[in-house]
Amino acid sequence: MRKIVLEKIDLLFEAISNTMSLYLPVDQNDGKAAYTKWEEGKKWSEALNTVKSPKDFFFPQTEDMMEFKVEGKNIEVIDTRKASEDFVVFGVRACDVKAFDILDKVFLVDPCDSYYATKREHGIIVAVACNKPSETCFCSAFGIDAADPKADVSAWKTENELYLQANTEKGEKLLKALENVTEEATEEKVTEQKEQIAKIMKKLPLADLDTSKFGGGKTDEFFNSPEWEELSESCLGCGTCTFVCPTCQCYDIKDFNTGNGVIRYRCWDSCMYSDFTRMAHGNNRNSQKERFRQRFMHKLVYYPENNEGIFGCVGCGRCVSRCPISMNIVKVMKNLGGKENE
Amino acid sequence: MQKITKEMLIDKATELLNNGTVSLVLGWKKGEYDYDVTPGVFESVEELKKDFVFGDFSAANLSKYLVKKTEKLEGKILVFLKPCDTYSFNQLLTEHRFDREKVYAVGVQCDGMVDIEKVKKIAGDGILSVDCNGEDIVVKTLYNDDMTIAKADVLAERCANCKSKKHVAYDELLGESGEVIDSNRFDEVEKLEKMTADERFAFWQNELSKCIRCNACRDACPACTCEKCVFNNPNSGVENKSPANSFEEKLFHIIRAYHVAGRCTDCGECSRVCPQNIPLHLLNRKFIKDINEFYGEYQAGAEVGSRAPLVDYTLNDLEPGEVFDRGDENA
Amino acid sequence: MQMKEYKPLIVAFCCNWCSYAGADLAGNNRLNYPAEVKIIRVPCSCRVNPMFILRAFQRGADGVIICGCHPGDCHYTSGNYFTRRRMAALFSMLDFLGIEKERTRVEWVSAAEGAKFAATMNDFVEKVVSLGENKRLEDLRCKR
Repeated sequence: MRKIVLEKIDLLFEAISNTMSLYLPVDQNDGKAAYTKWEEGKKWSEALNTVKSPKDFFFPQTEDMMEFKVEGKNIEVIDTRKASEDFVVFGVRACDVKAFDILDKVFLVDPCDSYYATKREHGIIVAVACNKPSETCFCSAFGIDAADPKADVSAWKTENELYLQANTEKGEKLLKALENVTEEATEEKVTEQKEQIAKIMKKLPLADLDTSKFGGGKTDEFFNSPEWEELSESCLGCGTCTFVCPTCQCYDIKDFNTGNGVIRYRCWDSCMYSDFTRMAHGNNRNSQKERFRQRFMHKLVYYPENNEGIFGCVGCGRCVSRCPISMNIVKVMKNLGGKENE
Repeated sequence: MQKITKEMLIDKATELLNNGTVSLVLGWKKGEYDYDVTPGVFESVEELKKDFVFGDFSAANLSKYLVKKTEKLEGKILVFLKPCDTYSFNQLLTEHRFDREKVYAVGVQCDGMVDIEKVKKIAGDGILSVDCNGEDIVVKTLYNDDMTIAKADVLAERCANCKSKKHVAYDELLGESGEVIDSNRFDEVEKLEKMTADERFAFWQNELSKCIRCNACRDACPACTCEKCVFNNPNSGVENKSPANSFEEKLFHIIRAYHVAGRCTDCGECSRVCPQNIPLHLLNRKFIKDINEFYGEYQAGAEVGSRAPLVDYTLNDLEPGEVFDRGDENA
Repeated sequence: MQMKEYKPLIVAFCCNWCSYAGADLAGNNRLNYPAEVKIIRVPCSCRVNPMFILRAFQRGADGVIICGCHPGDCHYTSGNYFTRRRMAALFSMLDFLGIEKERTRVEWVSAAEGAKFAATMNDFVEKVVSLGENKRLEDLRCKR
């Protein structure tokens, strides 16, 4: 285990960015944090998390897939994939780290998504434990330990120091390269910090959220629940929840006519939209209730059914705090899970 | 001025449900915390007693829901409207978006809504409870001592610059209806107008680059009630699901604001719902300010049936080239 | 694209009844105006949706001008009065976003004003050339 004094944290950032791009949460002018490329003068945000999740680094909101150039009767197909270079995403929270596992199970299984895979190969994730979880956090419900995030490198922020522990080969390589700016450390302070976080986690309002009712094979049980009607009645059908979600992975592939060719790109799509998976015969989910149900059934039933019981939600709380009408997965779970949850 | 409590609203709704005036109630449902209030429909007195809430976080403008909720409705629906919501209500009526006969509107006195983001900025994260008692709000958090904050300091932007406490439409009133306020709502717009074109460009480039194209601004907007939005129509040529580049961001937000120009009542929902805190209301206010200056004062929704300025004209209107030659221009 | 002398691309929306005929007259009279002006004929100046203007910029236009009948002379009685209000609002908004105001213009050109048409285009092109390429409302995808 290595450590560095927080006062000198910029030295660490500088050392990383000397060899590769470093992205970390930085406060924006509205006070919210967003992942930003580090350069001299950028300060690591104190905020618990960013509004947009770090899935953007591996699965960008818009990504060009290929290009077509038309000249006369010839169509030239151009591969727009660029060779990715190593980069570091620093300050990722435990929930978002787990979200990468969920995305991996979608994009890295056969047929493997090469766009995602390249970026995943080159990305090094430094996860940081959450010292001050928010009231909207419920990662513990999905078995995530906010005090012990498991990424390439795990980090803990104590009062004055940052402790770093490598968990993978990539992580070890990174820490080795940083040996000049860090020093050897023992685990005592980290253990202390972990205990402190564990205590806070128990006090969170959503600490006892129960997931046992949900999981694979529960489609029949929940699909026709009368609760969906009421839960979805005020849903605006916007895409906020899906776009801030670290695990939502649906996308659409579109062609953009540039006037002298075509760019084929993919972009995030939202199951809340009326034109989601629209086919020749129209949309297969005609009402907002059906679309709303799809999103939560996917997270709580369909995904676990196909992935050894792992839920498609990590409890980061982004949808809880960002939904325009404050309807979210917590309310859905509590309503469907029966009264004992309240 | 008396304080309007949720009990008064529940009593009113109970009375109207029981005497058969209405069959449904459109109001606000309590959430997981004190601040995450969801718009909702109540069918019975029991439901009202269980979940109905009204307070400093009942910010959502309910008028747009009337379009969908009255579609197949037999009988009447009760809706609670804050003063700014009544303007949207009138505007929707002007555009024949719902049947007035199917709605029983109760105007509710409003003392301004609180922005939880502003509370969090002062009190910190980990909010356990927020108690509002008139002028002050008491916040309990996980990490700090209990804190008392002046409500005036955490008012939502639109409420801090409230344009009117007057209810312009209602069947019945709870509490008092105030007056139209000579507010400072155009100050921010003026500040931008005084900047150079380069500064303005940099400002908007930065703000709009945050857009994630979730469409929440459009979907929450009571003026955006098209059955199929041009941005959802594959045949329009501009349909897109993501802000592919800075042009797309600008196109979307210019056109979104333009499509509601002259119809926007400045209810502020767009900025309230934006997950990225883009000050979208400034675009709408720019149009409102321009329309006021070019074609005379106009408040959308102030009365039912008024003709929106952009579908009207006079013979001596300002020429498009002249919009730049006004006094405050210094580019 | 070639890096030769900068040639702007100008889109001119001309109303069928006045300005398009005005352009015709300019041609008949052998009056010169830059070839970079691409005319799009519209039934009335009020057919021009704000989206058209933004889309023209997206596809590489450096300036967009709308020409219609003089106020009072609209073939459809009131079309150009609506144009006047709509474009005033739009231009002011573009300016608010920091987009150069000289890139957009509305001019009233009658069928008898061939000379005015040519003069207007010469002047507009000159203004746009002095601004240079449209950077603030460009879509880089269309410039590949």
